[in-house]
Amino acid sequence: MVDVTINGQARKFDGDPSMPLLWFIRDELGLTGTKFGCGIAACGACTVHVNGEAVRSCGIVMSDIAGKQVTTIEGLDAKGEHPVQVAWRQLGVPQCGYCQAGQIMQAAAFLKTNKSPNDEQIVEAMSGNLCRCGCYQRIQAAVRAAAKGA
Amino acid sequence: MNIQFDPSAKTSIRNISRRSILKGLFGTSAFVLAAQFPLARRGFAYPTGAEKMPNGVKTDPKLFVAIDKDGTVTIMAARAEMGTGAARTSLPMILADELEADWSRVKIVQANGDETKWGNQDTDGSRSVRHWIQPMRECGATARRMLEQAAAKRWNVAVADVEAVNHEVVHKASGRKLGYGELATDAAALPTPTDFKLKDAAAFRYIGKGNTPVVDLVDITTGHAIYGQDAMLPGMKFAVVARPPVVGGKVASVDASAALKIPGVEKVVQIPATPLPAKFNPLGGVAVIATNTWAAMKGREALKITWDDGPNGSYDSKAYKASLEANVRKPGKVERNEGDIDKAFAGAAKTFAQEYYVPHWAHAPMEPPAALARMGGGKFEIWAPVQSPGGARDDTAKFLGVKPEDVLMHTTLLGGGFGRKSKCDFAMEAAFLSKELGGTPVKVVWTREDDIQHSFYHTVNVDRIEAALDANNKVVGWRQRSASPSILSTFAPDPKHPFAIELGLGFVDMPFAVPNIRLESGEAAAHTRIGWFRAVNNVPHAFAVQSFVAELAHELKRDPKDMLLELIGPDRKVDVSKSVTTEWWNYGEPFETFPVDTARLKNVVQLVAEKAGWGRQMPKGSALGIAAHRSFVSYIATVVEVKIDDKGNITVPRVDTAIDCGFAVNPERIKSQIEGASVMGMTIAKYSEVTFAKGRVEQTNYNDFPIVRMEDSPQLTNVHIVPHGIDTPPSGVGEPGVPPFAPALCNAIFAATGKRIRSLPIGNQLA
Repeated sequence: MVDVTINGQARKFDGDPSMPLLWFIRDELGLTGTKFGCGIAACGACTVHVNGEAVRSCGIVMSDIAGKQVTTIEGLDAKGEHPVQVAWRQLGVPQCGYCQAGQIMQAAAFLKTNKSPNDEQIVEAMSGNLCRCGCYQRIQAAVRAAAKGA
Repeated sequence: MNIQFDPSAKTSIRNISRRSILKGLFGTSAFVLAAQFPLARRGFAYPTGAEKMPNGVKTDPKLFVAIDKDGTVTIMAARAEMGTGAARTSLPMILADELEADWSRVKIVQANGDETKWGNQDTDGSRSVRHWIQPMRECGATARRMLEQAAAKRWNVAVADVEAVNHEVVHKASGRKLGYGELATDAAALPTPTDFKLKDAAAFRYIGKGNTPVVDLVDITTGHAIYGQDAMLPGMKFAVVARPPVVGGKVASVDASAALKIPGVEKVVQIPATPLPAKFNPLGGVAVIATNTWAAMKGREALKITWDDGPNGSYDSKAYKASLEANVRKPGKVERNEGDIDKAFAGAAKTFAQEYYVPHWAHAPMEPPAALARMGGGKFEIWAPVQSPGGARDDTAKFLGVKPEDVLMHTTLLGGGFGRKSKCDFAMEAAFLSKELGGTPVKVVWTREDDIQHSFYHTVNVDRIEAALDANNKVVGWRQRSASPSILSTFAPDPKHPFAIELGLGFVDMPFAVPNIRLESGEAAAHTRIGWFRAVNNVPHAFAVQSFVAELAHELKRDPKDMLLELIGPDRKVDVSKSVTTEWWNYGEPFETFPVDTARLKNVVQLVAEKAGWGRQMPKGSALGIAAHRSFVSYIATVVEVKIDDKGNITVPRVDTAIDCGFAVNPERIKSQIEGASVMGMTIAKYSEVTFAKGRVEQTNYNDFPIVRMEDSPQLTNVHIVPHGIDTPPSGVGEPGVPPFAPALCNAIFAATGKRIRSLPIGNQLA
């Protein structure tokens, strides 16, 4: 049995302890904002926060999150108005939108550790998150804007 | 109670609400037959190819618009939204503007797949705005007229004395006002008028402004947007499918005993393979049904399957490349002929020839294919990210052996499409499995490996170009041969040569002013599923032609931009219909509306050169490259600035792209499409290659089929939109940005290093 807190709610899981967190979040809890992109931690679409740090939920298994605090995109901000979300909207970042929850979770965790990053640091922090539509220019600008507004 | 212009629209709205996705809707009026509406009045200012598309266009406001008593205007989005913003933002925005609706009071509802009802829904070919701006304007204008008529009647005044302004109708003399909600019931009872008037462009609120954020922006940024992978129903099962590794192969034997022991795995079901050509039918294979995706994936790993590979089991990319090269080095099938090419080469002072190779690619949209389906009472309901909702419904019905009206196809958002999701094999798999399970809802999840190994691949292409030059170094002969397996092989017995649509994608429409031209295709048989990929054959042809122009310029010690402008030649409209051997496909458009206009092509070249500072001094290891290409009846030119270090690492600090896509309906989304096209162009140039050995795809996931990351993406793309008024028909935007990127980059690399890339991807060729 694994006890874990997801978006502030206590949850229990008694299935395969080697199941990645991603499938618990999506298939068991129905929180589909966290996306499946690659399953090998290569694209960042499934990024969530575990104890405040950005983690690829496809690459961490249930037994490793016992007792931890998990935040998904649905729990990032009660009103959906985290400075990163606001910046994303102001700059019209998304095209198809599928990768954006992961991008936002990555950016939000990054900005907690570095409140005024330079461009090089933004590029380094965000290069683990793929976008096939190619929204990188706006993602970078939005992270910059969120840092200023945060 | 809501007052609807159209009761059947109301049914659709209820059917496809978010609630219904979560709870389902069998037993409600899910299968209402589409009401029959009069054909479009064809009162359009100019003809387009829209009406020749299957099921054409519709303009009746009773189909697309509903107005509630509280004034909420609901607009149906009938095409698929995959990220361009066209389907769910730009087209409804056009309608809303003509309706004089306040955009903040407009709601968008996604229509089901049914072309009889909605007109053509095939979201492909960069056609949405170009085909639907006129119908959407007419639709909005007629609805506005009905509201005005209803108000005039209420006040007992002439219609000419009232005017719709921003969600209200105003009586001009008295200043009296009635809101749209107050007029909806009366307006809905009126016949659709024919005496409507389109707005003057000066009165547009949203069209052409770029002030309308995409409608799903809040849902996307809060994790509430629903894609195919996200569809859910109570009690649903999850399926992962082991598909034949070779196209045309099938299961020889399967041992599922170990798979069935995995906790959560409930059943193993075989999906039959369709004999080739199989169109969009599933590849077949073995499905593992489980209580969650992870268990299904583990179950699949535990299957022991032996495959019968069939006739494509020897497909090998290296050997195949050599066969394409051999076939462009000898005469092929003549596709276009002008003048006397043999005489031109016999009398040439100099000749110059080069070959260019572009491999297979997978689309690899961030959302791998997925679909949810359930069967009940012999009818099917499907939620899927399909680019062609109506086509997907009809194809799936055919595959299942039921009538089209027995399949209800809900279009979810698409997490990227790029052509992959215009093929609905994944939706068919889900429906088939629900039937096999007696109606239990099933979601088929494709993994990234499934997506990359079972795509409908971009064709592989060799272009050989030969130029004959006279004593003054003028190009007097242009012979180009292309060999690439045809998309048609997916639908029909393999023609082994391109068909009219492929030939029109940047090959026979080559616009250069050369007196002797011969374009030929070499034989190329297909050994995998060939399909559309964003911009399709334009990408390899633009790579070849635009690289060759720069190579010629180098040979002749000319500036590449000047060489390009000289080859495009005088201002004229190039009509190749008389010199092609098969009918010329001009993107399905009438030539009078969308000609090949060399003045517009030269204009984007000159504009981008000016904006990019063409000719400016660059430090060592840095350079600019240029390329231009007309595709999807738009004109695009790109300048790429490259910086290369001594280890051969490429950086692209800046890209400038000039686009002439006629009247710019949503400039902000046009910019985002072109910014994205730079990134996709960079991926294609630098990394993309799907290779086959023993008929099997050798790549698996983003680790060995990489796409550009922020760290190696172009750092800045400046987009320069050629301004036009509403009288210049809008043309394609989603695809045209891709073709010029790779040649512009490779021309820049040559200018910086002297190394010429003739085979994509660049990979480690610069190391």
